[in-house]
Amino acid sequence: MEKIGDFLIQEGPMKKPVMGNVALVRAMIEASVRVATSYPGSPTPEIGAAIQSIPSEKNPLYFEFSVNEKVALEVAFGASINGHLSCCFFKSVGLNVAADSFVQLSLMELIGGMVVVLGDDPGAHSSQNEQDNLHIARMAYIPVLEPSTPSETYAFFLRAAQLSQINRMPVILRLTTHVCHARETVSFGKWQPQPRDDTPRFDPKKHGPYIPITAQVFPLKRRALKKLSLLSDELDAPGWHKRLDNENPTRGLITHGTCFLSCMETLEGTSHPPDILKLSHRYPLSTTVVLDFLRSHSQVLVLEELDDTLEKDIKALALDQGVDCRITGKDDVEDWIGEYTPRKVQEILHRNWPDIVPPVDPVATASFPRPAQMCPGCGHRSAFHAIKKALSKEDITVADIGCHTLGFLEPYEVGQVLLCMGHSNGTGAGLSLFNRQRKVVTFLGDSTFFHAGIPGIINAVLHGHTHTLILMQNGTTAMTGHQEHAGTKIAIRKILEAIGIQHIFEVDTYRQKELTQAVKQAMEVDAFSVVIARHPCMLKWTRELRRKGRALPSPVQISNRCKNIQRCIVHFACPTFQRKQDGAVEVQRELCIGDGSCRQTCPVDAIEKTPLPNGEGESS
Amino acid sequence: MKSFQVFLCGVGGQGIGMLSEILLQSVFFSGQEARGVDTHGLAQRGGTVVSSLKVGRSFSPLISEGEADLVLALERYEAFRALELYAKPGSTLLFYDTSWQPLGVRLGTNAPLEASQITSLAEQKSVKIVRVLEPQLEDPRMQNTVVLGHVFRLCLIPGVQPTHVLHAMEMLMAPSLFARNRILFEKILSANPPAGGAP
Repeated sequence: MEKIGDFLIQEGPMKKPVMGNVALVRAMIEASVRVATSYPGSPTPEIGAAIQSIPSEKNPLYFEFSVNEKVALEVAFGASINGHLSCCFFKSVGLNVAADSFVQLSLMELIGGMVVVLGDDPGAHSSQNEQDNLHIARMAYIPVLEPSTPSETYAFFLRAAQLSQINRMPVILRLTTHVCHARETVSFGKWQPQPRDDTPRFDPKKHGPYIPITAQVFPLKRRALKKLSLLSDELDAPGWHKRLDNENPTRGLITHGTCFLSCMETLEGTSHPPDILKLSHRYPLSTTVVLDFLRSHSQVLVLEELDDTLEKDIKALALDQGVDCRITGKDDVEDWIGEYTPRKVQEILHRNWPDIVPPVDPVATASFPRPAQMCPGCGHRSAFHAIKKALSKEDITVADIGCHTLGFLEPYEVGQVLLCMGHSNGTGAGLSLFNRQRKVVTFLGDSTFFHAGIPGIINAVLHGHTHTLILMQNGTTAMTGHQEHAGTKIAIRKILEAIGIQHIFEVDTYRQKELTQAVKQAMEVDAFSVVIARHPCMLKWTRELRRKGRALPSPVQISNRCKNIQRCIVHFACPTFQRKQDGAVEVQRELCIGDGSCRQTCPVDAIEKTPLPNGEGESS
Repeated sequence: MKSFQVFLCGVGGQGIGMLSEILLQSVFFSGQEARGVDTHGLAQRGGTVVSSLKVGRSFSPLISEGEADLVLALERYEAFRALELYAKPGSTLLFYDTSWQPLGVRLGTNAPLEASQITSLAEQKSVKIVRVLEPQLEDPRMQNTVVLGHVFRLCLIPGVQPTHVLHAMEMLMAPSLFARNRILFEKILSANPPAGGAP
């Protein structure tokens, strides 16, 4: 077996089929990144996993999953102004969390260099929106390189690191979900471990000021804008943008990122294809390259995923320069929505150039939708099943981010509103104002508690809000792949007590009756109250058991006492319970982990542990 | 020339990621160009996982609807949906016939899928179906190896040989896991007809 961690620190050069996220880590190593930080979130957590797979004694990087994206960015910033090349990576909406510090970065002289890697999510595959982070980058005057493949991810990172070091400014590498997770063969360069000079080089007299206050801001802003302007020319060095000349003097197409791949896929074999300019970056705009392209075509289509920043910049440039070229771009509202897959690009190209691109075939509607589910044995399922019994129909439930968000789905339908990480106690407080009629119950996971949950809780105590928080404590950052969080070292209950919360209840969620009772009591209290609903993540538990080579408990079975009441399948709804053709319930043994949390839900006690051969019940 | 497009699907936890990685690595060992991508979203939580693999020259790793030359599914409902959406006329659908019912079926809002629905849709779309099953399998996590075995027993991916697959498995699996999966893979390769019976 070849472990990722071993190949990442091979001397090379070499060719390997790898995922974009893994190619990125090899680039970090070749570029001599010293400090890497993150908070887990799709599509980027495999970057952290790849770094962590390098044997620690050989790992040239310091790496941490920080408490949240803002802290991660600040750790990387601190390392950079002390002379270390640093890299901070996180998912699209992570930039919102980091924004307060992020928008200051370009004002600072980053003497070690710093690359911010963003995992944007067109198509909202695993995010609460599909925001285009180009907007925030522009606001902060930070250039954005946009690779479209794993090979480009590797090459563009090396370039971003170099530009950042030379110019002492932040550079963004903007990946998208299907760049992070795409796999292809990448040609890697050489790497040899070098002796490190870790001398702390922070020197505000020489490189500062680092305090942007009132009038101090202007020289810093001026310097940032000048750096950006100078960098524009460097960014347009030959070889980075791609120009495909199909000898078409009429039609041209300007695109970027994975839209380019979709475009190539669609236009392959087409007669009279347009000339294509694929930009390695949209911000700052490559004016010379774009002008040259506009001037050599009478019509140019801008094919841009998500928002229309490039299109607007190009139109403004053409107007300024009096270019005689018809520029088109987004037209329909749908053009702002979703990933630019080959199919979507074909639709857009057909609309613009029906003579060369045929319409797409209609797609059959898909049967049997399969929404994400809580895993078999998940403590959250027991929790929602029990909590629902404590709620009345009018009560308001506020979800937060994590596996427990899935409680909003049928049949639990607990969790009716969601903004972002840690919003629940602020939103819950607002919902409880002037409201004595409908109880408000908020949810929060334990990793999110540390990430962004604490201020909302303190606020609730400070201002005497009266809702109830149910803290779903599973001991890990489960949704993104079981990254460790602060709760393994810092007791959440102690923090809650220190904040001054008087009413704290704590129940293992498998004790469903006790949990229902605790939630009822907590909701009766006329003050902010907390129920810690804890149970370890059973997916993590299952994996650890298997890793140790130990067998799981045997699956449950349904006895002849079953009266087909169906509470197990319809209300508790563990995926283990399935429906036979005759409507009876059966156990899918491949799914059941033998946890037995379902047994208490059956009114006639028909769910049994599988008896051992000697006829006795099995203990788990 | 267009690439040969393999669409893979299953439920989170079934090992689609490992299957697609083995296939991609096998294509690499066969000396052909390979490109792929997994789309899993929140699928670690029992949602649908799809993956695509393109053998030969391609640009985007994504497969468009109705364009798959080969569909591999690790579960019955996933097989049916992929047949509806991705299989192109004349293609092959090979699926492991276990059932992990989606929510709607479990709650009773959708009727369970019947085997005849798959057969008749496949007929209608001129898609050849191969149903595989290994009822004696000790560990359901090895179902992906069963699928892999049948793919190469029937030589469904041009230019890729079982030796390339074994090489890829050895590279990607821990030694003990490789040993068990190798035995299973080789057993299925030499089986004839398919262990699960003809469709």
